[in-house]
Amino acid sequence: MKIMASIIHILLALMLSPFLMGIINRVKAKFAGRKGQPLLQTYYDIIKLLKKGSVYSATTTWVFRMGPVLGLAAVITSIMIIPSGGIGGVLSFSGDFILMAYALGLTRFITVVAAMDTGSAFEGMGASREAQFSIIAEVVLLLGMATLAIGTKNISLSGIYSCLWGGSASPLGPAAFLVAFALLIVLLTENARIPVDDPNTHLELTMIHEVMVLDHGGVDLAFIQYGESLKLWLFSALLAGIAIPFRTGTAYGDMAVNITGIFAIAVLVGIIESCMARLRLLHVPQMLLAALSVTIAALLWILR
Amino acid sequence: MNTWTDIFILVLVLADFRLLATSRLAAVIQTTVLQAVCLSAFMLTMADRPWPLLLISLALVTLTIKGVVLPWLLGRAMREAGVQREIEPMVGYSSSVLIGMALLGLSFLIFVPLKASISIQSTFLLPGALFTALTGLLMIVSRKNALTQVAGYLVMENGVYAFGAALAVEEPLLVEMGVLLDVFVAVFVMGITVYQISREFDHIDTDRLSELKD
Amino acid sequence: MLFSTVLIPLILGLGVLGIPWKGVRRGILIAGGGCHALVVAALAFTKNGFPVTGTWIGLDSTGLLFLSITSVLFLSVAIYTAGYLGRDSERRVRDSVEGFLFSNEPEAIFIGCLLLFLASMSLVCISRDMGLLWVAIEATTLVSAPLISFHRHHRSLEATWKYLLICSVGIAIALLGNYFLAFAGHGKVHLNLDNLIAEAATLDQRWLKAAFLMLLVGYGTKMGMVPMHTWLPDAHSESPSMVSALLSGALLNCAFLGILRSHFILTAAGLVLFSGELLVFFGMLSMAVAAAFMIRQNDYKRMLAYSSIEHMGILALGVGLGGLAGTGAMLHAVNHSLTKGLLFLVSGHILFTYGTKKSSDVKHIIKTAPLTGCLWLAGFLAITGAPPFGPFLSELTILKGILDAGRWGVAAGYVLVLAVIFIAMARVVIPMAFGLPEQQKSIESIHVNHREPAWFAWPVMGMAMVILVLGLYIPGPVWSFLGKAAAMAGGF
Repeated sequence: MKIMASIIHILLALMLSPFLMGIINRVKAKFAGRKGQPLLQTYYDIIKLLKKGSVYSATTTWVFRMGPVLGLAAVITSIMIIPSGGIGGVLSFSGDFILMAYALGLTRFITVVAAMDTGSAFEGMGASREAQFSIIAEVVLLLGMATLAIGTKNISLSGIYSCLWGGSASPLGPAAFLVAFALLIVLLTENARIPVDDPNTHLELTMIHEVMVLDHGGVDLAFIQYGESLKLWLFSALLAGIAIPFRTGTAYGDMAVNITGIFAIAVLVGIIESCMARLRLLHVPQMLLAALSVTIAALLWILR
Repeated sequence: MNTWTDIFILVLVLADFRLLATSRLAAVIQTTVLQAVCLSAFMLTMADRPWPLLLISLALVTLTIKGVVLPWLLGRAMREAGVQREIEPMVGYSSSVLIGMALLGLSFLIFVPLKASISIQSTFLLPGALFTALTGLLMIVSRKNALTQVAGYLVMENGVYAFGAALAVEEPLLVEMGVLLDVFVAVFVMGITVYQISREFDHIDTDRLSELKD
Repeated sequence: MLFSTVLIPLILGLGVLGIPWKGVRRGILIAGGGCHALVVAALAFTKNGFPVTGTWIGLDSTGLLFLSITSVLFLSVAIYTAGYLGRDSERRVRDSVEGFLFSNEPEAIFIGCLLLFLASMSLVCISRDMGLLWVAIEATTLVSAPLISFHRHHRSLEATWKYLLICSVGIAIALLGNYFLAFAGHGKVHLNLDNLIAEAATLDQRWLKAAFLMLLVGYGTKMGMVPMHTWLPDAHSESPSMVSALLSGALLNCAFLGILRSHFILTAAGLVLFSGELLVFFGMLSMAVAAAFMIRQNDYKRMLAYSSIEHMGILALGVGLGGLAGTGAMLHAVNHSLTKGLLFLVSGHILFTYGTKKSSDVKHIIKTAPLTGCLWLAGFLAITGAPPFGPFLSELTILKGILDAGRWGVAAGYVLVLAVIFIAMARVVIPMAFGLPEQQKSIESIHVNHREPAWFAWPVMGMAMVILVLGLYIPGPVWSFLGKAAAMAGGF
């Protein structure tokens, strides 16, 4: 029964993740008083891109072509690991959160390398900025997962999440909410949302993530956009599992609660994007350090 | 009740990080108010119900002096000196937060061998209090603005007072009152001095107060 | 009656703030000092009122010693201040270093704070509770800050700011030490000194050690122990000379009293080696660093400030070793306070006569102001430990104590540092006193053939007489009194 639920969760993730982007855009439009794009716009974009051909620059090598494919593969692997609320992922095993963190790291690495492979100055600039932020973001993610692992005495993501709020009173208490807050900041960083990066900017000098994928086109760009949606789903699922403090006890109930939580997080991201401006580049590491200090406080709380 | 004490100490620790990261004087003063609230709150949650009247009055006096009077004094000094922000500190804000994390770990380490000999229920209290005192010290040492240094002194007193609050039920009330009075007068005198400095020098950058030396 | 030592100056001090007549204010200052001295004398010589122990305040030998030093010094300073204010107050003064005009603080605040300063120092000496001791020492910091910034110019403000911040931080650390003491007693033992000493065996040793460390660093900041001494030279050189006299002669002693009390507690708990060795280490360090900074020191008031640091180091060294050295340290506290007070008051007059703080610009005081010159020389000889003055006897006693304890290295360091300081001070003082007039640069405001005013002459001569007498003869009862004062730290 649980396996069926896990497989259904993966299928839902693969099908519904571009919908999250639509929700975010619609929320931003509502705040701005516009009617906004259709909710399924991201699907239309991906399908359109899949039908197009690609133009490759003469300076690029096979790395450039491999980037989007490898990135998408890594993200799909991570999707198969993460739990959905109380039910485990399909590929869960001991210590799988480290695999997840490094699969995401691989995605980032290959994007950066592919960007630098083009030899363009803009991509290099975006790559260095992205690398700088992810140094701290990765530490925050791993420490947050470690806190949860120590708190629930379990080193598999599925085990952590099922022990987290289920059964007896949570052993973590307020530490879980601190980790959730830190994870929200990591979500905003890894998915290149405001206040870290503005996804709607068209000025290359202000881009971080967008500029790295500037030279990709056609099927490659489709893979990249789909991968971005999947990554957003991934982080939202992780966050919803921590932030929603109850479990229904049944497999499908848990999944329904989790997916509702994921959509709620998408709405939250849309609200954050509408209410805040992008931070100055100097302040982004400070924000990440704030997340790190919150995580460390949570970790020491658990260890007391 | 035990968890509530720990939660208040946790907020105290998070407030320390906020102090280390911000450059705005108004934010610093508001955070000290938050710390005062946490101090009075956990003094109450540590004792058994029903709370003795003495303890309640002590908590109220602490809240009034540390949460209302002293921030008001600092705010007034800030307005008279006309300063809003910290000028470039000696240790940058990100570095201060990183040092703060190290200090938090250090505070925990220091109290590991002493755990058994303490009779208080909360094991988060002593490291949290020590960390607050160390944060205050870090602020005094690394910031150049005189008002931030006074706020750092206030935070340091908060940390030391948290130690005393752990013993609030046994320690004679008179000494606690005396401590509060002294802190109040100290900040008052410091505020007056800052005003005189700003009038005499046209700035309150203590890094430039360096004429007397050997 | 005991509390009246605090109450009288407190009420007078607060009252003076409201009185608008100059003569009345100064009269109250002298009267306050006089009453205080009378009360202390009464306390010292009544048979049945002493020693007194109580929960909050009480008087034992150590407390009485420091209280009487404070009282005598304050009386002399009060007479000097009355005359000084008559001359210097309410007029714009020309700064000696940079030449701008500045004004002084309102006299009422100054006199009020002086009396409040006396009250808080008395409270330090008579308190039996470590918490009350802390409150009193913090109070001394706060009321002495306006005293230091009497001259309203930027240098004194800088000195005041440094003093205020550094000493407040130090005292906050001392408060932490107090709380550690409470933890050592598992929260059950009140911080009353007699309680703590009685229950010393049951106190947790690790917490006690941590507490002593904090108290040493905290009160040591106030006392001027290296490396927490950085406020001392600035505060002493920028404040008016009688304030420097009070700070050096009385305040540093009171801070040392705080350390002494903690040393007593640790001795009773069997940790005398731990606290003693720490005191010896910091004492030697203070002496050495003070000596280093006194070489080539051109400002004579700063030189005196470093000399205070050195003598506080000697006190810590003596008490840390215990035994005969401890008793010697108590005698040294008396000698140092009186001598340093004398020196600072004389330096104040030199500053007024010559209008400069640089020792290279001051020459031939013997001729220009004979009494001042003689006392300046006598004070220099006294403070560096030359016979026949008091400090010679006390430093010799401490040396004998060191040798008795078999600490050859400490003895060698002690003698070496004293020699260095003698040479350093001689290089400054002797040219000032005897240097020929042709070498003198022309300075505008020299008052030639200026007779020393009576308000200056009588107090300083009185102090000089006492120091001379103490160097020649110490009566038996006094010696046993000093022994009792050091007894709780293992002296005899």
